[in-house]
Amino acid sequence: MRYLRSFGRFWWNFIVGDDWRVAAGVVVALGLTSLLTHAGVNVWWLLPTSVALVLAESLRRAVGRS
Amino acid sequence: MNTTTVLIVTGAFLASAVEMVEALTIVLGVGVVRGWRSTLIGVGAATIVLVVLVAALGPALGSIPIGSLRLVVGALLLAFGLQWLRKAILRSSGYKALHDEEESFQAERTQAVAAADDRRAGLDWYSFTVAFKGVLLEGLEVVFIVIAFGSAQGHLGLAAAGAGAALVVVVIAGVLAKGPLSRVPENTIKFAVGLLLTSFGSFWGAEGVGVHWPGDEASLLGVIAFFVVVSLLLARALRRKRVTLVTAGAGA
Repeated sequence: MRYLRSFGRFWWNFIVGDDWRVAAGVVVALGLTSLLTHAGVNVWWLLPTSVALVLAESLRRAVGRS
Repeated sequence: MNTTTVLIVTGAFLASAVEMVEALTIVLGVGVVRGWRSTLIGVGAATIVLVVLVAALGPALGSIPIGSLRLVVGALLLAFGLQWLRKAILRSSGYKALHDEEESFQAERTQAVAAADDRRAGLDWYSFTVAFKGVLLEGLEVVFIVIAFGSAQGHLGLAAAGAGAALVVVVIAGVLAKGPLSRVPENTIKFAVGLLLTSFGSFWGAEGVGVHWPGDEASLLGVIAFFVVVSLLLARALRRKRVTLVTAGAGA
């Protein structure tokens, strides 16, 4: 069980890292892009813009803590 | 070789180089204190595991439909790339300390001197495990990037060649320098790699959910330019904020 937990923690730290909100933001942005694209709107600009906002917000939080 | 392929090879090379510089510091720190035999066996064992991972996972990913593969790879590259970019921006603006290879080397040496003499299977177990873990953990990021870059565009061999070239360059530089490569501008390289990972992640992730990029692959350069501008503006804003805080603190 202990090994399983450390294995899970390793992959969490590896992919998600310090701020889980970044990974969550990426998932939400991809979901929204998918929804709009399948509704017939070619929102090519949405993902990069959302990712930039997610990055800015994560930095704002990190700086606020320090 | 088109622009996308050049960027994939460059990204794999830079990401691998920066991780290998960190692995080299660990290996040198242990090797110079406790001897090279067990240390190099640890390095070799970890390298074999990493090569097997690329050889096994790379072709396996090739059987996944390209749309689904790009979505998954895009999402992972975004999560991963944003971590690199976030840390690089925090470091360049002074909110996070820069990674110091010389300091890491000295810390590794101190630990190697203090570690007990434990011999197993004819090896100095401390040297073997530290070298094995160091190379494996730093190498896993390289494997991830090589597989992600290579599989989503069908250029696994080229991405692996980029990583291989980085290995050769870093090992030669380490042998010539006879010490940690502390003069390598690690944060600048990490900044560039973070930008590439985030840009490719956005490009492939959006393609994976069905977006049609205007200008197809040519728009990748536009995505990279967008993230370069955004990241530089964010870094500049944070630097200014920090200067204002420091000045206010000194005046108080």
